[in-house]
Amino acid sequence: MFSRAYKTVVTVPPLVWVTVFLLVPYLLMFCYSFWSVSPSQTIVHSWNLDNYKELLQKTVYWQTLLRSMWIAARVMLFSLLLGYPLAYFLSFYAGRRKDLLYQLVIIPLWVSYLVRAYAWKTILGSDGVLNTLLQYAHVTKHPLDFLLYSPFAVVLTLTHIYTPFTFLPIFAALEHIPRNLVEASHDLGATPAQTFWKVIFPLSIPGVLAGATFAFVLSLGDFLAPLLLGGPSGIMISNIVVSLFGAAYNWPLGAAISLAMLVIVISLLVFSERLEKEWSFS
Amino acid sequence: MRNVAKTFGRNPVLRNVSLEIAEGEFLTILGESGSGKTTLLRIVAGFESASSGELWMGAERLDGQPPYRRPVNTVFQSYALFPHLTVEENVAYGLRVVKRPEHEVNQRVAEALDKVKMTAHAKKKPSKISGGQQQRVALARALVNRPRLLLLDEPLSALDANLRRQMQVELKSLQRDVGIAFVFVTHDQEEAMVMSDRIALLRSGELEQVATPREIYNRPATAYVAQFVGHTNLLTGEVQNGVVRSGPLSWPTALPDGPALFSLRPEHIRLAGTSVSSDVVRIRGRVTQQAFHGATDLVRVDCGGLVLVMRTASSSAALNEVELEFSASDAVVVRESPERN
Repeated sequence: MFSRAYKTVVTVPPLVWVTVFLLVPYLLMFCYSFWSVSPSQTIVHSWNLDNYKELLQKTVYWQTLLRSMWIAARVMLFSLLLGYPLAYFLSFYAGRRKDLLYQLVIIPLWVSYLVRAYAWKTILGSDGVLNTLLQYAHVTKHPLDFLLYSPFAVVLTLTHIYTPFTFLPIFAALEHIPRNLVEASHDLGATPAQTFWKVIFPLSIPGVLAGATFAFVLSLGDFLAPLLLGGPSGIMISNIVVSLFGAAYNWPLGAAISLAMLVIVISLLVFSERLEKEWSFS
Repeated sequence: MRNVAKTFGRNPVLRNVSLEIAEGEFLTILGESGSGKTTLLRIVAGFESASSGELWMGAERLDGQPPYRRPVNTVFQSYALFPHLTVEENVAYGLRVVKRPEHEVNQRVAEALDKVKMTAHAKKKPSKISGGQQQRVALARALVNRPRLLLLDEPLSALDANLRRQMQVELKSLQRDVGIAFVFVTHDQEEAMVMSDRIALLRSGELEQVATPREIYNRPATAYVAQFVGHTNLLTGEVQNGVVRSGPLSWPTALPDGPALFSLRPEHIRLAGTSVSSDVVRIRGRVTQQAFHGATDLVRVDCGGLVLVMRTASSSAALNEVELEFSASDAVVVRESPERN
């Protein structure tokens, strides 16, 4: 159908791009993770498993990894709890305002991540908007200090940032449900609530899985929100990787942690892909 | 149905539709696309609410009740089977949502699947069975609830001609078997004729005629009905002193003086023979076209400005100059069908 030359012209640039900016860096990281750092701060190219041993033995690493997963899990849960009802309302009840509301959900994605994270900083800080308001209303005497520099602040900010990412696939899944199935369900005597749980929700599961995966994977790898709002108790695994590649100058250990995360994330993606296939009917 | 009307925006879709459906009757709502037949069905099912008018079932008023409280089930045009449920679960759906005991559900589902000959496919997902089979499942899913009224929205239109004819027969015998009133929507007049006890012919949101298929065909009330159902010759005539004059034709009539419109079916016109019945009308003409329709030919004959279409037994012999005759009683008076929009 297409000439050989055309196919080459179309496929080669992306392949080169993926090789240079994805495969080669990953391969380098993979190699680094089996190397080590000498006391004189040079990287020694001797193959060993020490980095992985350290990762498992030093509690700070795997505990931070677990805490990051726990934060990511909460972000996932809250974005689903916010994103699903929003998507459901928009898809089924928004009527003519659907397009407008859809745009309103999307617009925050155009605002820089940093701006949104900083905005939360000014809202949650000890002399921030929220605390000033609470004090003014005499709800509390002293500023609440758990608001900022805590896992709470990280979860809140990440939920705000990633909810549109869960909303989108859920909305798409709901939009794809033929409306005559809903009518058929009502026709057969099912109440609106029964129709939701027996028809609409099961058919939207692929969207829910995709949205949950987005929220979890994106927040697991996040390092800006914990950096700006996390404080010492809100440190996530990516912050450790950043410091290992930076000030600590231990690239091999940083590479090992990154690869461990990569394995976790890829397993998750494969798993959710499988589930999605199982729940898709077309 | 009493005076049901429906307007979308400023666009009237249904006007003053009143219709009574008898228990166990097979009623077909026949109409062209855009005639409002599907809207009418959706109003009965409860997916659409009428702008005015009332719906009653026995002593119970239906309009105002949500679709899930109406003792009415629907077979959708595209079947609308739940893709995530098996055939069996689809059929059981209506019984499960009203929490019938599980042994009763199983028994009734088995019976329903048996009735539509789908027992062998009970465990399959809808995407794994053919269109005709999906059709049967949709039917079983509706009938298993034993509704008082079953609505069918062009359920056969997606099937190919052969399967369609077969399903028409099956559907009709199934309906007799279960004794539930069927309201069947179609645009196919042949389908309507074959299956219905009565046909309600809808045109631009108004009922033209409600009658048995034979009556609709033999005694069409309006010119539109006569043309929509089968072929016909429409003759405009003028009655004067007990005689109709229509172009070169004339025959005696008991109609009062004034203009009149007649429908004359092609099969009522024949080549002139030796019969000397008193009400026979004869005319000479020249054949302009002879079209083969299987068992019969449709022949267009130009009778000096008036073109008549005649049905004859199929023959390879080309006709040329012919003399035609028909019985005056076969020319049925019909009302004009005024333009509507």
